[in-house]
Amino acid sequence: MSADQKPNQRPELAALDDATVAQALTRMHLIRKFEEAAEASYMRGLIHGTMHLSIGQEASAVGTTLPLEAHDYILSTHRGHGHCIARGAEPRLMFAEFFGKETGYCKGRGGSMHIADVEGGNLGANGIVGGGLPIAVGVGMSIKAQKNGRVCMVFFGDGASNEGAFHEALNMASIWKLPVVFVCENNKYGMSMDIGHAMAVANVADRAAAYGMPGHCLDGNDLAGVAAVAKVAIARARSGEGPSLIECKTYRWRGHSKSDRNLYRSKEEIEEWRNQDPIRRLEDELKAHDRFDAATLMKLEEDAQRDIDAAVEFARACPDPDPKDLTRDVYAL
Amino acid sequence: MPSETLEAVREIRELSYAEAVREALGQAMEADERVFLFGEDVGVYGGAFGVSGDLVHRFGKERVIDTPISELGIAGAAVGAAITGMRPVLEIQFSDFVTLAMEQLVNQAAKIRFMFGGKASVPMVVRLPGGSGTGAAAQHSQSLEAWFAHVPGLKVLQPSTPHDAKGMLLAAIDDPNPVLIFEHKLLYKTKGHVPAEAYRVPIGKAAIRREGTDVTIVGSSIMARKAEAAAERLATEGISAEVIDLRSIRPIDFTTIAESVRKTHRLLVVYEGVKTMGIGAEISAMIAESEVFDFLDAPIIRLGGADAPIPYNPVLEKAAVPQEDDIVTAAANLVRRGEA
Ligand SMILES: Cc1ncc(C[n+]2csc(CCOP(=O)(O)OP(=O)(O)O)c2C)c(N)n1
Repeated sequence: MSADQKPNQRPELAALDDATVAQALTRMHLIRKFEEAAEASYMRGLIHGTMHLSIGQEASAVGTTLPLEAHDYILSTHRGHGHCIARGAEPRLMFAEFFGKETGYCKGRGGSMHIADVEGGNLGANGIVGGGLPIAVGVGMSIKAQKNGRVCMVFFGDGASNEGAFHEALNMASIWKLPVVFVCENNKYGMSMDIGHAMAVANVADRAAAYGMPGHCLDGNDLAGVAAVAKVAIARARSGEGPSLIECKTYRWRGHSKSDRNLYRSKEEIEEWRNQDPIRRLEDELKAHDRFDAATLMKLEEDAQRDIDAAVEFARACPDPDPKDLTRDVYAL
Repeated sequence: MPSETLEAVREIRELSYAEAVREALGQAMEADERVFLFGEDVGVYGGAFGVSGDLVHRFGKERVIDTPISELGIAGAAVGAAITGMRPVLEIQFSDFVTLAMEQLVNQAAKIRFMFGGKASVPMVVRLPGGSGTGAAAQHSQSLEAWFAHVPGLKVLQPSTPHDAKGMLLAAIDDPNPVLIFEHKLLYKTKGHVPAEAYRVPIGKAAIRREGTDVTIVGSSIMARKAEAAAERLATEGISAEVIDLRSIRPIDFTTIAESVRKTHRLLVVYEGVKTMGIGAEISAMIAESEVFDFLDAPIIRLGGADAPIPYNPVLEKAAVPQEDDIVTAAANLVRRGEA
């Protein structure tokens, strides 16, 4: 059934054809299941270190990247699994990295917080809050110098917008009209600190005015709405008009990382946001408009689960790196 | 209570390193209203490594202050508070993030007293959890203490036991200078004897952890602990190692090192920071420049971190920093070499 048969659909949803929606849903499922499997692996002692889960934030990762083209760039954060998968990263290679294996995206050197796929345009997740923002400025400069028509999308959190790097980066990107899209995933907290105590203005997007760029404040759990605004910002960047700041209001269901005892937020608040599950919301809307039936939707989810299970098995069987290669990639040869 | 019993109670009072730091913070805040704790998630979260714990409930949000994620800003704010009569203790959540605060610590805090002709001082303490071993990878596992030891105007400490963690923090809070304390993440859970009173461990004084005659092993932070364990194993091989825990990197207690080398004639320096251009180079050069050089029976050996960022994979991560086995092997080789 095609989108235009249902006149009462929101224009944002109607703008996405069925194939696009199916791909978006698949990626949202992959993100959710990747992280559930990551959590299970951690509980079973299969990895050491920590991880930052973005369960609950899937619509923001997938929606903002949906209008990007294959050759565009992204830069991600410590909470970056979703952005990688949204850009089509292979869960097998991500899990191999997560398990520290030589076959992983970064040959086991990076781990969960540093997954990068430079050939695929993913210039890396980052363990330093705000670290990617100034880098995006440079990527924008090189796109402009090389006139290759690409766009760079950089993700960061509400907390990161309080770092000096945020302010310096937005200002430079704006004065030089760089093809950058700044995406703030506002999940209400920077670790334990709520945004109301961390910031003097109500919305991160309000800060765009200080840097002379459009600021969009969105419901980050609405895939179609996010994709529609991202499309505008990406088009603006590509046409040489300069950067935009998009703020997706969303929520992480899990703690900040594995050491979080969640003392700073209530069970009720978490429950309230779980009821706005971005995946179920999209599925319900699609069913209401008869665009997909329950069986088709179920199959998308099951296929994603199968892919993730296979990825974990693949990664577990891969070899560890050899300690004699410890200093191999410190310098380029 | 008879004094023997009191002694016995003292003996068994054990705290973890993290608890010892918390106790020092609590005692300092109780004793002096100017002292406050400042940093990311130090309040109700209790600190990323649980160090501040319940302090916010005891002292309130005015004295245990959660800050935005703004390392440069909060380091600068600590400088401003310090030069105007307060005694800030700043926590940099992972020592790696001090790179964002570099400007205020290196250009401002370290130099204000000197530039102002002695007319101001900067009594601030910066606590920095550092080191590898937790699988946190390259941006959360570094040992950057040598950088700061290079800056005149700063003091740099690396306590290795719960006892020193408490006593040195209290000494640092008293100190009228900016003091950086690097706490190793793997030490937080280690336990040890910690007296209840608010005692001080002097800054700039190394501790001899074990006496020996064949080789001097100098280390600090977790490497002092590893060196002690290595010395124990060396003893079973008939090698008598003297272990010096530096505790203070700047100022450094060269006297204690020199006296030990005079006795043992051999020196092994162990540190987790990257080997090249590090603490070991400085100590070796100090020996080479002094008359103690003539007492050496063998070249000085440095065991430091690999010339690589800390990798994520646990096998590689272990290989990137000196381990107990490496210390045993290096010390044994050094002794044999000296005899040959
Ligand atoms: C420079 C720096 N400071 C502090 C941290 C520790 N840290 C990691 S994530 C985080 C919270 C980040 O909050 P936000 O930017 O809102 O992103 P979110 O975790 O909510 O996705 C903090 C404080 C860090 N990694 N880097």
